[in-house]
Amino acid sequence: MSEFSKRRITAGAGVNRRVFLAAGSAAVGLGITGFPAVLRAESQSVKIGLIHPVTGAISFSGTQCRAGAQLAIADINAAGGIKSLGGAKIEGVLGDSQGKPEIGASEVDKMVEQGVAGIVAGYSSAISLATSQEAAKSNTPHVVDVGVSDEIIKRGLKNTFRLAPGYGTVSGIAVDNLDKINKAAGSIAKTAVVVHEDSLFGTGTAKLLSAQLPKIGIELVDVIKHPTPTRDFTNIVLQIKAKNPDLIIPANYYNEYVLFARTLRQQQVKAKGIYSVLGGAASNYKFVHDFPEAAEGIMDCNHWFNPKSDLALQRKKAAEAKGLIYTYEVFLTYNAVALLADAIDRAGSTDKDKVIEALAASTWDKHGMPYGPTKFVNGQNEGAAPANTQVLGGEIEVIYPKEFASADAVFPMKS
Amino acid sequence: MPDSAILIPSILNGLTMGALYALIALGLTLIYGVLHIINFAHGALLMVGLYAAYFLNARFGIDPYVALLIVPPLMFALGYALQRGIIGRASHGRDENILLATLGLAIVIENLALYFFRSDTRTIDVPYAFETVSVLGAFIPLPKVVAFFGALVTAAFLWLFMSRTATGRAIRAISKERKGAELVGIDTEHIYGLSFGLGIACLGVAACLLLPTYYVTPQVGEGFILIAFTIVVLGGMGSFIGALLGGLIIGVVEAVSGLYLGESLGQIGIFVIFILVLLFRPTGLLGHKV
Repeated sequence: MSEFSKRRITAGAGVNRRVFLAAGSAAVGLGITGFPAVLRAESQSVKIGLIHPVTGAISFSGTQCRAGAQLAIADINAAGGIKSLGGAKIEGVLGDSQGKPEIGASEVDKMVEQGVAGIVAGYSSAISLATSQEAAKSNTPHVVDVGVSDEIIKRGLKNTFRLAPGYGTVSGIAVDNLDKINKAAGSIAKTAVVVHEDSLFGTGTAKLLSAQLPKIGIELVDVIKHPTPTRDFTNIVLQIKAKNPDLIIPANYYNEYVLFARTLRQQQVKAKGIYSVLGGAASNYKFVHDFPEAAEGIMDCNHWFNPKSDLALQRKKAAEAKGLIYTYEVFLTYNAVALLADAIDRAGSTDKDKVIEALAASTWDKHGMPYGPTKFVNGQNEGAAPANTQVLGGEIEVIYPKEFASADAVFPMKS
Repeated sequence: MPDSAILIPSILNGLTMGALYALIALGLTLIYGVLHIINFAHGALLMVGLYAAYFLNARFGIDPYVALLIVPPLMFALGYALQRGIIGRASHGRDENILLATLGLAIVIENLALYFFRSDTRTIDVPYAFETVSVLGAFIPLPKVVAFFGALVTAAFLWLFMSRTATGRAIRAISKERKGAELVGIDTEHIYGLSFGLGIACLGVAACLLLPTYYVTPQVGEGFILIAFTIVVLGGMGSFIGALLGGLIIGVVEAVSGLYLGESLGQIGIFVIFILVLLFRPTGLLGHKV
C-alpha cells in the first residue's frame, strides 16, 4: 500500500468518525431547525387562479369580482389559511380575460402551468363557458362566480361548479314573483318589452322570458337587443315609447343600464314598472347613489345576499370599509373562492380529483345568501335562488322571497 | 318594423349623436389628415378629457360647460407636450414609428387610468341632464342640443384658424411640403406640437360636451375611436367641414339603420356607407386629390 493510500485510509477513518459526529450534530440541528422547514413545506401556499375581465367593456364588473375574491382570500388567510394543509395560505393568481372568451381560456392554460389548485372565473357567461371547458382539459376544479348561462352547467363537465343560480332558475322565479306582484295590484300589467344585450347572458335570458311571460298573461310586444357597448339608447327608447308597454324588462350590463335609464327619463317614458332580470343596476348601490330619482321604484330579480344574515352584513360592512361598492359581483366571487377553499380544506389536499370530489359533496353554508347548505347536482347548487329587490326611498329593499323581505313591493311604481 | 312616427325623432337624435362623433373626429382629422399622424391614442386622450371634466365637477363643482374654459387649454398643453416629448422623439420621422408610439401611449394612458381610477363607471349629475328641447315632436336632450351647436362652432373656429392665421397657414404648408416649409423658416417641430395640441384640445371640448349625457371609464374612448377614424376618411382627410358632415351622416345612418335592422346589426350601415363613399369618391366627401 502506498504511503498516500495509507494516509488516505487513516485520514479517511479519522475523518469518517468526525464526519459521523458532525453529521449527527447536524442531524440534531436539522431536527431542531429543520422541523420548521418541514412545516414550511407543508404550509406552502395554495394557488387559486382568478380570471376576470378587468380591462375591456365589462371591466367594472370584472374588477368588482376580483376585489371580492381578494377579500375572501384575505379573510381565509387571516383565519388561519387551509387548516388541513397546516395552515397553508391561499395565493390568488390573477388573470385578465379582457372580456374575451379566448383570452380567458389562454389564461387558464397559464394558470394550470403555474400549478393552481383550482380556478374561479370568469364573470360573463361566454367567458365562463370558455374557462371551464379549458380547465376541464386538465381536470382543474373550476368554480363559476357569476356566469348565469345554463349551458355552462349542462355540458356535464366534472370540474365545473356554480354556487349561484343560472338564468333558467332566475327567469322562472322572476316571472313567478312578477305574477304575484301584478296580481296583488289587480293585474294591471298586460304588456312588456324586453331590452337585452346581445351576448349569451342577455339573449338566453330574453329567450326564457319570451316563453314564460305569456303564461302569466303578459304579452311581449317587443324584444330589443343591443350590443355592448351601445353608445346611445335613444332609438331603443323611441321604439319602446311607440309600443307604450306596461312593463320594461332590461337585461344588460351596468354602463348600458345607466345610459338606458337616463334615456328613458329624457324621453319621458312612463311605464307601470321597470322590472329588471339580472339587470344589475337596480340591485346596485352605485346606481342608486348616482341616480336616486331614476332608480326609485325599479325592481330587479337578481343575485342578492340575505339581508337578515349577520355574516352577510358583516362582509358588506368590511367591503364598504375598503371603499368597495357592494355589488353582487363582490359577494358572489367572495363566495366562489370561499367555496373552493372549503373544498380544498375538506379534501386535505390540492389533488385535483380529491378537490372535485369534495366540491361535489359540499354542504357549505357560510355564504350569507338566501340559499340553504349547498347541494350540487351535476355541478349546479340546487338550492340557489335569486331575490327580488326594489329601490324604495333611496334604499335597496328585498321584496321576495318573503322570509328574507325587508319591504313590501310598490307597484305600479310612482311616476 | 318600427313605427314610422319615430323616424323623424330618430333622425334628429342621429344628428345630435353625429355632432358628438364629429367633435371627436375634428381633432383626429387635424392630426391624421393634415399631419399624417395616425393617432391611436385619440380614444385614450378623449378619456383623459372626460376624467378631467369629471373631476372638475366632482371635486370642485365646476359645470362641464364652464370646464370648457379649463379642459381644452389643459388638453392642448398635454397634446403639445406629448408630441414634442414622446411622439415626435420616438418616431424619428417614420410613420410606422408614430403608429407604434401612439399605440403604446394609448396602452400606457389606459392602464394608468385603470390603476388610479379603477374601472368604476363614473357619471355626473347636472341639473339640466334631463331637460329636453321639443323639435318636430321629438324630445332632444338639452346637452345634445348644446353638443350639436358646440360641434358647429368648433368646426367653424378650426376652419377660420386654419385659413386666416399665420399658424394655420404654417400647418397647411407643412402638410403639403415639409422641407419647403422648413426652408422658409417655419419651426416644424413647434408647429407639429401646436397641431397635435390643437387636435387634443378638440377632444377636451368633446369631453366637456359629452359628459352631461355620458359616462367615463378607462376604456370609454374605445367605443368612439373606430367611428372617428371612419368619419375622418369619409369626410375627406384634413377637411373640418368634411369631418362635420361625415359625423352627421354617420350619426343619422347609425340611427336609421339601427331602427330598421336592430341595434346589433345597425352598425353595419355605417360601414356600408363608408365603403360606398370610398368606392365612388376615394378622397372622401370633401377631400382633395393629392
